[in-house]
Amino acid sequence: MDRFVFLTFDGLSRGAVYAAFALALVLIWRATRIVNFAQGAMAVATAYAGYSVSAATGSYWLGFGVAVLAGIVLGTVTERVVMRFVDHSSPLNEVVVALGLVLVIQGVLGMIYGNEFRPAAAPFSRDAFTVGGVALLSRFDLFVFAAVGAVVAALALLFTRTDTGLRMRASAFAPDVSRLLGVNVGGMLTLGWALAAAVGSLAGMLVLPTELGLHPNAMDIVFVSSFTAAVVGGLDSAVGSVVGGLVVGLLLSYVSGYLGATVAPIAVLVLLVVVLLGRPGGLFGRSAARAV
Amino acid sequence: MSAPLLRAEGLTAGYGAAPVLHDVDLDVVAGSITAVLGANGAGKTTLLRTLSGLLPATGGRVALDGRDLRGVRVEEMVRRGVAHVPEGRGVVTELTVDENLRLGGLWRRDRADARRALGEVYELFEPLARRRTFHGHQLSGGERQMLALGRALVGRPRLLLLDEPSLGLAPRVTAQIMRLLRTLRDRSGLTVLLVEQNVRGALAIADEAVVLSLGRVVTRGTSIDEDLRHAYLGF
Amino acid sequence: MTTGGGKSGESGESGMTVLRYLMWTVFAAALIVVLTYALPPFRTYQLATVGAYLCVTAGLTVLTGLNGQLSLGHGALMATGAYTVALVQDGLAGRGQWTLLVSVLAAIGTTTVVGGVVGLAAARLRGPYLAGLTLAVAVVVPAVASTWDETFNSDQGLSVVLDPPPGTVPFERWQAWLAWAGALVTMVALTVLVRGRFGREMRAVRDDETAARLAGVSVGRTQVLAFVVSAACAGLGGALFAVLAQSVSPGAFPLSLSLFLLMAIVIGGLGSLAGALWGAVLLVALPAVAHSVTEGIDAQRLEGNLPLALFGLTLIVVMLAAPGGIASLRPFRRPFARLRRKT
Repeated sequence: MDRFVFLTFDGLSRGAVYAAFALALVLIWRATRIVNFAQGAMAVATAYAGYSVSAATGSYWLGFGVAVLAGIVLGTVTERVVMRFVDHSSPLNEVVVALGLVLVIQGVLGMIYGNEFRPAAAPFSRDAFTVGGVALLSRFDLFVFAAVGAVVAALALLFTRTDTGLRMRASAFAPDVSRLLGVNVGGMLTLGWALAAAVGSLAGMLVLPTELGLHPNAMDIVFVSSFTAAVVGGLDSAVGSVVGGLVVGLLLSYVSGYLGATVAPIAVLVLLVVVLLGRPGGLFGRSAARAV
Repeated sequence: MSAPLLRAEGLTAGYGAAPVLHDVDLDVVAGSITAVLGANGAGKTTLLRTLSGLLPATGGRVALDGRDLRGVRVEEMVRRGVAHVPEGRGVVTELTVDENLRLGGLWRRDRADARRALGEVYELFEPLARRRTFHGHQLSGGERQMLALGRALVGRPRLLLLDEPSLGLAPRVTAQIMRLLRTLRDRSGLTVLLVEQNVRGALAIADEAVVLSLGRVVTRGTSIDEDLRHAYLGF
Repeated sequence: MTTGGGKSGESGESGMTVLRYLMWTVFAAALIVVLTYALPPFRTYQLATVGAYLCVTAGLTVLTGLNGQLSLGHGALMATGAYTVALVQDGLAGRGQWTLLVSVLAAIGTTTVVGGVVGLAAARLRGPYLAGLTLAVAVVVPAVASTWDETFNSDQGLSVVLDPPPGTVPFERWQAWLAWAGALVTMVALTVLVRGRFGREMRAVRDDETAARLAGVSVGRTQVLAFVVSAACAGLGGALFAVLAQSVSPGAFPLSLSLFLLMAIVIGGLGSLAGALWGAVLLVALPAVAHSVTEGIDAQRLEGNLPLALFGLTLIVVMLAAPGGIASLRPFRRPFARLRRKT
């Protein structure tokens, strides 16, 4: 029972990160109908930048800020320089271009930093508090919850309470009508990419200390888990992606805890297959993964 | 006759290589309602899309108040006073009534007046005021048309480009909308370019009519000649 | 993604065409044999690698280019083939050359089954969903190898026991013959398939599913079949890689392998079997060129990473400049590509 409680808290903490990362995927999907397959690589790139700054200045938080800022820059550049010019006649095109970005980013990171795992320090202790002999949560887990909670709340406020959020939603749903109403749709797209990449970077900074560390491929598995989380949530639903993230986090934690860590990716694959074939619209969405 | 608010000269446009509009000349007098009539495929919608810049013209020029509109981006049009209510009404169905209306005034610097205009639209379209929090897809066809029209009015346009407002609506609702357009013209001097298939309804309120056939203007005037009416409008 | 190949193959299977395929195959085989005698061992080995890659790229270009299904899981399918060869050879080796044929056939069979399972799921999915699912398949390979480590020996992998080549044939030459035998069989089989009714149905499904269904094409069946065929090719390619490397491990089939394969067929021109050949050549040549460039300077980090970045950059540039791949840039193909884009 103690173990179950511990695994549950651990799963929720992991799930919070997947939720944030899935949310970033959903942001771009809703705005552009593109699944940003490069998001994992982009997050790793900004994490490298952040940890480089941390190493140079000795300040974790400066590096943290730089990573998120780098996310904004990378997202903007990706949209402005690459994605804007992709021929949208086939959904394959965007996927292929995003995968090209993955190769470029991983190649460049490897050239600069090498392909060894580098330690990714956590800003807080990862030792869990124990309550009545049961290990529950670490300071770092609390930080993860707080950070993800703040991001989710901020995004919710942005989209439901501000003019810019209204513009972004309108641009996503009806670009032509929005342009006729004076909305700078192109700018909203760029903003969406920048925001999503920043959230992705934040998620990267939160997940890397719990994994093996920094590596050009470090986010591959995280991407697959988060994609699964987003699909579980319906890919169109922000709330769904958060719930999906928590579901995937719990699943991974239980499977790793009871069956062994190596089984975890297989469990994610099984979940993805089950959801895609059983309930392709996800638990929250209405979008069609399948042909009619 | 005063100088036209909108003037198009030799306007040519289309999709791909084949033009849909050929050499169209058009004057829209300020404070008037001009109806653009014609059969399906005559180029009516293409004309509006070209005027508002959604579709780039391949030839000719368009001027608003004597100022050339070529090269003005679609997003800028609304700031010049041109509101285009597209066919199918263009209500963003995923947004609520209130959000749709707010969207119409977001571009305005004068926030106070944008709020005032929003209030006026709610007064003008009473059913919308009762459905503020409804999503677009929950509205009836007539309500959606009101919403699209109201959203355009929040921007206090000088020129309203209206594409088939009667499409799919009951005759009673259509008549309501036509009456409303006339009221807006008379009260606030709104200029309307109205594309319609509902010829009777449109002619009842129009000051001037233009008939398009196969992308060309075949006739225009304050009354439509009997023979032409037969030939191009089918009644 | 607009792709070529639409105008070919309506003429049917006349005796002339069969004869032409046969002549081309014999010519290609003769060329390979001559090359294996002319080239030094290392180059011969590279030639063999091109052959092994060609099996996979040819199968993938048919799936993605002609049927419109994007797979990022072909690296994993190759791993399936490779591991099957390792396991079967472990039991059979030493009894003669025929055992290798059995192993390779077993590899194709296993991969066909796996491909059928993935294909059944894939046929119900579209665009990014399919890409995401196959990506998950690709990422799961090391986990499978570690979870059933008694069979797959986790990260260390397995060695592939091979009988020595017949007579006095050097090992590399033997490997090249094997690889290209597989590649030529694949190319002939796919060419016949693509030019026939099945090829037309695949293209019809790619271009417009509803129209294809109205024309009496079973969309799901065509898609599953395309995936199975493509998987069988990937299995053969994987089996040949096992024969070439004489070992298999998860590290040999990373996610980037699947991305490389995709890049190869995009650059070669999606749906073009000739493009698949150019892609396979590129997969071997580009890392080799990058290696020789970085050899002189003291920059071990460039090794491996430079080709990665170059591949990615090429992929992006080709997609932005010419979504039909290099093949679509050829002037005589252009009118067709244009025509198709318009509709």
